[in-house]
Amino acid sequence: MIVVLLVLFPLLAGLLLLLSNNEMAKKAALFFSVIELLITFYADYLVRMQPTSALLSVNAPWIGSMGINFKLALDGISLILVLLTNILMPIIILSSFSKEYKNANSFYALMLFMQMALVGVFTAMDGFLFYIFWELALIPIYFICLLWGGHDRARITFKFFVYTLVGSLFMLVGLIVLYQHTPGPIHSFDISTLYKAGQSLDVRMQSFIFWCIFLAFAIKMPIFPFHTWQPDTYVTAPTQGTMLLSGIMLKMGTYGLIRWLLPVVPLGVAEWGKFAIILSVIGIIYASCIAIVQKDFKRLIAYSSIAHVGLIAAATFAFNVQALQGALVQMFSHGVNVVGLFFIVDIISSRTNTTQISELGGIRNVAPQFAVKFLIVLLGSVALPLTNGFVGEFLLLNGLYQYNAWFTAFAGLGVILGAVYMLRSYQNIMLGETNSLTATFTDLTFNEKAVLLPLVIMIIGFGIFPKPLLGVTELPVKNLIDSIQLTVLP
Amino acid sequence: MNALFIISTLGVLAMLAEILKFQKLLPLLTLVGLAVAVVANFFEWNNPVFIPAFNNMLVFNHYAIAFSSSLCIITFLWFLLSQKYLESKTAVTDHYALILFSLAGGMCMTSFGNLTMLFLGIEILSIPLYILAGSRKTDLASNEAAFKYFLMGAFASGFFLFGITLVYGATGSFNLIAINQFIAQHQGSLPAFFYAGVVLIIAGLGFKVSAVPFHFWTPDVYQGSPNMITAFMSTIVKTSAFAAFFHLFSSCFISIQSSWTHIIWALAAITVLLGNITAVYQLSFKRMLAYSSISHAGYLLLAVLAINNFSAGAIFLYTLAYSVGSIAAFTVLQCVYESSGTDLIESFNGLSKRNPLLAFALTVSMLSLAGIPPTGGFFAKYFIFNTAIVNGNLWLVIIAVIASLIGVYYYFKVIIAAYFKPASSESTITISLQHKILLILTIAITLILGLFPGYILNLFS
Repeated sequence: MIVVLLVLFPLLAGLLLLLSNNEMAKKAALFFSVIELLITFYADYLVRMQPTSALLSVNAPWIGSMGINFKLALDGISLILVLLTNILMPIIILSSFSKEYKNANSFYALMLFMQMALVGVFTAMDGFLFYIFWELALIPIYFICLLWGGHDRARITFKFFVYTLVGSLFMLVGLIVLYQHTPGPIHSFDISTLYKAGQSLDVRMQSFIFWCIFLAFAIKMPIFPFHTWQPDTYVTAPTQGTMLLSGIMLKMGTYGLIRWLLPVVPLGVAEWGKFAIILSVIGIIYASCIAIVQKDFKRLIAYSSIAHVGLIAAATFAFNVQALQGALVQMFSHGVNVVGLFFIVDIISSRTNTTQISELGGIRNVAPQFAVKFLIVLLGSVALPLTNGFVGEFLLLNGLYQYNAWFTAFAGLGVILGAVYMLRSYQNIMLGETNSLTATFTDLTFNEKAVLLPLVIMIIGFGIFPKPLLGVTELPVKNLIDSIQLTVLP
Repeated sequence: MNALFIISTLGVLAMLAEILKFQKLLPLLTLVGLAVAVVANFFEWNNPVFIPAFNNMLVFNHYAIAFSSSLCIITFLWFLLSQKYLESKTAVTDHYALILFSLAGGMCMTSFGNLTMLFLGIEILSIPLYILAGSRKTDLASNEAAFKYFLMGAFASGFFLFGITLVYGATGSFNLIAINQFIAQHQGSLPAFFYAGVVLIIAGLGFKVSAVPFHFWTPDVYQGSPNMITAFMSTIVKTSAFAAFFHLFSSCFISIQSSWTHIIWALAAITVLLGNITAVYQLSFKRMLAYSSISHAGYLLLAVLAINNFSAGAIFLYTLAYSVGSIAAFTVLQCVYESSGTDLIESFNGLSKRNPLLAFALTVSMLSLAGIPPTGGFFAKYFIFNTAIVNGNLWLVIIAVIASLIGVYYYFKVIIAAYFKPASSESTITISLQHKILLILTIAITLILGLFPGYILNLFS
């Protein structure tokens, strides 16, 4: 029941918000998201202490004649992502407190609807339900970007929507084909049934389904060459929209790889996994190089996000315990880091009305607290040891190395290039001479400190002590790998 | 059967209303009559008294009862939509009578057991609509619409009749069951003109459902007719035509399936692609809806192609979700048309500020037509795709998926206009209570169909 509550509570909260007025909307949204967070902590306790508890799953028939059930479950893998979503949500809402959005109740209601869809994606254990939540997550973010976004938002948001929809529809085709291969007169979309069905197909069929489903995830993450929608969308969306997109929504793709691609078509993965890794590694280097020459800081972070996710995807296809655990840890860390980075961009742009790196400089002289927090978030993104980014990237590179040393070398270049563009941006924005634009830069307000402090604590905390993230995922990951090895190697 | 009696009686009553001077009662009477018809169908569901009726001419099995209920519900919504429009006409009762008779023709088309009954049903459905399409007597576009519809409809009916004659000539009967038995017995030795007859029947029915390449009448007729008549045409005519199409091919011609599947495959593919691609270029909302209705005909043809346990339910859900979405779209169009005078998509600019309910209803209906969860239109498209994949037509489904993606563009153009583009005039649009109720009903039905589509499917399994 807890898992149903986790999914439905944001929906009800969002509907309540729609009926409320605009002044209360912000505080009400924060209140509801904190309650959701408390429920998540309880669910976390349950998953760690009583993983077989009945509260953690639900299986109700929905459309019986089509084998579709309302099946949700929370295990270690899903828990990390649900934690990420529900920890980041209050922070994202809090980050909007300094702004006054028009029609604020609709804005926050859409954010809560999106939270519902995201938690639904991460806990769905029925293929069709997974698809429904996947699509559902798209509608709120479309309206958030369309109505509250920036320059040229109609065209850019529409491109984002159609691009993602292309992937989703092909995933639907793949799921339907898989569904047709499940046994019995009434086929089923249940996840374990789909696993068995997929694993029983021949290589050609598995490859077809692999590409159908992988396309959706590749567009969502994004992986080169399906990334062209991303930089424009991240730049044009309102800050909270970008945080939702980069912090949580792209994790839908990486989670999908682990839960809905690798176990479903293992022969297809064996056939095409190398190609996928090559695409990911190309993406890492490509995106990092473009990030280096970016003049706009927000766009630079968008490209760096492509690079980070490329590494997660590449290592996931390497498919061993370190790689998958690293992927889950890095999903969490990247979410925290990138939300921090986009918030910092928001602070800069709201004070100076620009995100062009060349126009900024010497902010450290006038805002030292901001400088410190910016540096910590940045070092997390660069994966300095003792930050959460390091734990994730180290495990990922380790896992990828067990697959192929050359890929690791190229992927590791991404870490180095990341340091290049990040540190150089910091140098140009924060250090040096304070110019006329940045002289009036006030230091952090209370709200901004309230947002950055939890992020910084998580960055350093999980960097020093990643056990909470690693411990709960170890067993499910091992089980996943074992279950697939057993089927692939007869 | 009772429903058919009720509707026909209502039509006669409508004509009597002119003579006996109770026009004021007529709207309420019609709504009550339609509701009673649905209730009568509901009671008839478990008492199949009228299978068959009139020497097997009409067969009221579950399929027919379900579709005729659907038609009555859609007409009920349509009367809620168009009452104000009808009241402004000079010959109100004539309009009511024509619509009701057209509905009766549609109900004949969903429950036929004999090819002549199908032809009768098509004619009874169409002839009032030829008249109504030209009911704006002083408008050149309306006259053109009526003329085109009548001429091309007459030709299509001619082809259809010729096809029926050839089938009769080959098999010796008009009755569906008898034809099926004849085909089963003489599988290899059917004369060539029988297959020609089947092709001509496809041509005639293809015209009625506006499948490509029989669709050329649709945009001009839809755009030229009065808004309300277009709403009726795009919902009732398509629903009854597809109910008839599917019934004919699944019960009668199923044995020679291999001879006509390629034709339907090709029709479905080009209909879906052409309908969606041309709709992209439209500036007029009515014309865009016309082309989108052509594309919806293409999706429905997928289910006609792939006849299995799921097809009937898929067609039923699709026509219902599509009709409810269309009624909502036409409601919004009518409200905006009254204040702006044009049916261009531009007139929707800034609708969210002028009337939030209209904008929201428009969004839900566009999402449903585009096939986005959690609306009924999504499940309808999903069931259609599922039916086709079960039958093995994977590539056709991929073509349909690509066409859906093209479709998303023009549906979202409308949503973007409503929410994003600045309004040309800032005045708020007031809508009558009746329209408000109708919009809330359509939103509720669309969302309920999107959350609980299982009940619909269970009706047909």
